[in-house]
Amino acid sequence: MSNEHSMRRVTAIRNGTVIDHIPSGQAMRVLEMLGIGGETSVPISLVMNVPSKKMGSKDIIKVEDRELTQGELDRLALVAPDAHVAIIRAYSVAEKLTINLGEEVVNVVRCTFSNCITTNLREPQAHRLRVVQRDPLELRCHYCGRPQDLGELANNVL
Amino acid sequence: MEGSIVAGLITMDDLTNEQIIEILSDAERLLPVARGELYLPLLKGRILGNLFFEPSTRTRMSFETAMKRLGGDVVNLGDVKTSSVVKGETLFDTIQMVDGYTDIIAMRHPRQGAAQYAQDAARVPILNGGDGAGHHPTQTMLDLFTIQQAHGRLDGLKVVLAGDLRYGRTVHSLSHALVRFGCDLVFASPDLLRMPEEIVSDLRAHGANVLETEDLYGSMAEADVVYMTRIQKERFADEDEYARCAGAYKLHARHLEDVKQDMIVMHPLPRIDEIDPTVDKTRHARYFEQAFNGVVARMALLCRLLGVTVPADVHAEGGAL
Repeated sequence: MSNEHSMRRVTAIRNGTVIDHIPSGQAMRVLEMLGIGGETSVPISLVMNVPSKKMGSKDIIKVEDRELTQGELDRLALVAPDAHVAIIRAYSVAEKLTINLGEEVVNVVRCTFSNCITTNLREPQAHRLRVVQRDPLELRCHYCGRPQDLGELANNVL
Repeated sequence: MEGSIVAGLITMDDLTNEQIIEILSDAERLLPVARGELYLPLLKGRILGNLFFEPSTRTRMSFETAMKRLGGDVVNLGDVKTSSVVKGETLFDTIQMVDGYTDIIAMRHPRQGAAQYAQDAARVPILNGGDGAGHHPTQTMLDLFTIQQAHGRLDGLKVVLAGDLRYGRTVHSLSHALVRFGCDLVFASPDLLRMPEEIVSDLRAHGANVLETEDLYGSMAEADVVYMTRIQKERFADEDEYARCAGAYKLHARHLEDVKQDMIVMHPLPRIDEIDPTVDKTRHARYFEQAFNGVVARMALLCRLLGVTVPADVHAEGGAL
């Protein structure tokens, strides 16, 4: 099945954001990480495990009437660093946004280790996670050095 | 010898092998100063800030002794319960204040990562004296000094680390350092207190030859060093589990009959009953010298981090007390 067919599984949106090329099965984690979910009032369409030439299979999310901010893109980088993000205005792609997972993730999420110095949220210095490996993603806290529990990160969004 | 200056000492990764060897050599030359046989005020006019946010006897006292033997002075945070920390001051603010009062800071903190956090906030070098279950590099330096003193080298030794390998930050830092010098390691512990898996795999990824066992006594025959540790009661939620682990190893003089003549027994102290006093009188016991070496190793580190050269001939530069 072509990419076009995958995209059309759900209705085209007038205004909003399309997140394509999400690793298969990760769409729910993406929503969790972005804080977009059950309580949000905007319509969300989600397709999972659709065939993809590039990835074998993938997930796609369409969020209506909402454009992702840079902060949200930074969070997205932790779950789907190779996803494609397009801002849609009047049914057309108005902007393509680039996700950048650099060498360090600063002030996006806090360390998942319960005894890290940064668990005291009154401490003012930046929350810093080093990208040790990109695929599969491995992050370590700059301060305590602990490997991060990726499943827990969504609960630690700043 | 003019060695390169390091910014601070948070983990052993802050030192190259070459720097470790240089600092151990500085420590060797400073022995008469540490013993009080020679007065060499290399750090006169310098002030060490001792920030111990959790209890410490040996580390805190040996830092203080090291600074004073070199003619420097020490200011202490004092009891955490009566300091500004109890009023809710952040570590960042405490460090900002002490940074202005001192030239170098030695710090122990219950939270992991606190030393790196402090280093990022400070202008002066930080010496990590233990951060949670994280790192304790100054202990590692005194351990390496003790091993080198006994064996004349660090490379290619067989070292048995025994006891609480799960929670003991001392053995975590030491294992990494020993592997860098090509030592073979044996981890002897009760199953509940095994070395964390990520550390074992990290060590193996660095080419280490690591053997894990519960049989301490059976692994000592070929050992050059047996490093015992205390089973820490405070780490157990279940009293029965503690009781089972606590009695796991009790090294007695009779266990040392078939070991190598020059094998040394080390322990970071305090000990409970994992080393029987009968071991104290054997040629193998090194734990009290090891505790003393805390002073000389920290003297060498204080000099290095403050950019002060330890003279090649300390007797020519030093004077009588």
